[in-house]
Amino acid sequence: MTWAPGSLAPRPGAAPLRRMLAAQTAAELKLVLRNGEQVLLSLVIPLALVVLLVTVPFITLEGTADGRRADFFVPGVLALAVMSAAFTGQAIAVGFERQYGVLKRLGATPLPRGVLLAAKTLSVLVVEVLQVGLLCAVGLALGWQPQGSPLAVLVLVVAGTGAFSGLGLLLGGTMRGLTTLAAANLLWFVLLVLGGVLFPLSAFGAAEPALSLLPTAALSTGLREVLQDGGTAVREVLVLLTWGALGLTAASRAFRWE
Amino acid sequence: MTAPGPALSVTGLVKRYGGRPVVDGLSFELRRGTVLALLGPNGAGKSTTVEVCEGFRTPDAGEVRVLGLPPTDPSLRPRVGVMPQAGGAYPGLRCGEMLRLVASYAAHPLDPAQLLERLGLVEVARTPYRRLSGGQQQRLSLALAVVGRPELVFLDEPTAGLDPQARHATWELVEALRADGVSVLLTTHLLDEAERLADDVVIVDHGRVVAAGSVEALTSDQATGQLRFRATPGLDLDQLLLALPVGCAAKESPAGSYVVEGPHGAPIDPQVLATVTAWCAGSGAMARDLRIDRRSLEDVFLDLTGRQLRP
Repeated sequence: MTWAPGSLAPRPGAAPLRRMLAAQTAAELKLVLRNGEQVLLSLVIPLALVVLLVTVPFITLEGTADGRRADFFVPGVLALAVMSAAFTGQAIAVGFERQYGVLKRLGATPLPRGVLLAAKTLSVLVVEVLQVGLLCAVGLALGWQPQGSPLAVLVLVVAGTGAFSGLGLLLGGTMRGLTTLAAANLLWFVLLVLGGVLFPLSAFGAAEPALSLLPTAALSTGLREVLQDGGTAVREVLVLLTWGALGLTAASRAFRWE
Repeated sequence: MTAPGPALSVTGLVKRYGGRPVVDGLSFELRRGTVLALLGPNGAGKSTTVEVCEGFRTPDAGEVRVLGLPPTDPSLRPRVGVMPQAGGAYPGLRCGEMLRLVASYAAHPLDPAQLLERLGLVEVARTPYRRLSGGQQQRLSLALAVVGRPELVFLDEPTAGLDPQARHATWELVEALRADGVSVLLTTHLLDEAERLADDVVIVDHGRVVAAGSVEALTSDQATGQLRFRATPGLDLDQLLLALPVGCAAKESPAGSYVVEGPHGAPIDPQVLATVTAWCAGSGAMARDLRIDRRSLEDVFLDLTGRQLRP
């Protein structure tokens, strides 16, 4: 079979940015939802944790002896879910995309880097909508009684996403794929334990003030302040915004596309 | 696309890795609408040169102009198609999805379905990239380079690891690109590929140009005056030389392969040919594979780059 004359004649041109963004976001989402490990980390583990923590009393809570376990654990697991999607999942994906030369090749197409990063962010936000929807539904079924303003929750989640994305892009954008995989999973576990998801920070005694500056701790404590106590969590938002500014700045300086 | 100037010009390009020059003062020009092959042994600096032209690496010295612009100019991205030597696709996307994704970046892309068909990828269109064979990944990579209808295409070892059918499909695509006015720079260490596809060949070794020109010019430049044939080993060449015009040379190397050169390097003329065949008949020898040589590109290449194996 041969090519008809003229069928390959040059006709260069970039597609409209919106079309690129839509296509790239759809591709990024497909990649996340098809990746078993990412689904496990971002959806299955948080859902399983929330059910286990609320229904099986293997972690004793001081100060919530009235049985309001759901009110303590649902906000903590929400923070974990945001970390999984924006930090761990994104770092691993970017690390391997660099190693496989995907980002290098995309750099030679009309797709601007800003659109690529915007598509990654959008796909993280879509995953978070799924996470929040599912976790809230399961939490409510388990007797969760959220307080506070939904707007304050939104601000915390967006600030947390910025903080975790910056750190995820910094890690994935500078290390090799396998190194990123190991480091991101290790950090996920460490922050799960030290980040106020499973235990209140007060359980760590004198280390509490330092630990409260961790992004996971800021997000879990902040979400609890709003959802459990109806507060505003200004300090936690500021901590997350600082992490976001530091992480995104460092990532934009150090990020290597191959 | 009648803009003036070459599609690509490389002048005095130097690229060092850790102080060691990998590309060492390379200059060449790709004329618009033509195919240029960078030919050289492994490690000659071909891929580094292409990566500088693609804007992936910054040169240490020299100047590169792609369609008249610096290689990193963002306006070049839709106009230039790139096929890297390996990888470059999301392992988790299916073959067809990857092609449609890159097509979606272009204002007027080729029909992805047709490209898949022409490159023999229809059966694997729904197979994830990571499960494609090496040859299928190569062909997808080629499709990704051309789907945006660029003016200029960089193909780094486009047929490495391909079976003969896939290689021919690739060659047909390159020939069709050329026929439609697309400029193509390809690297290869396959001489038949350069001979078949390229208008111009630049032979590179140790980061330098060792020869450049059209295939025709490179192969006809020297040694047009050779007649080769094979016959029983050990024929008496002194007898032949007596019969030939003064100034001819004849040798047997290896045993059974004979080379006769025209008088003082002049082309073989009908008189010399008749004398050789008559002398063979007289010696009771049957001359087989008798041909009057142009040097093959392979001869030129090996003469210039040496015959020892490269690490």
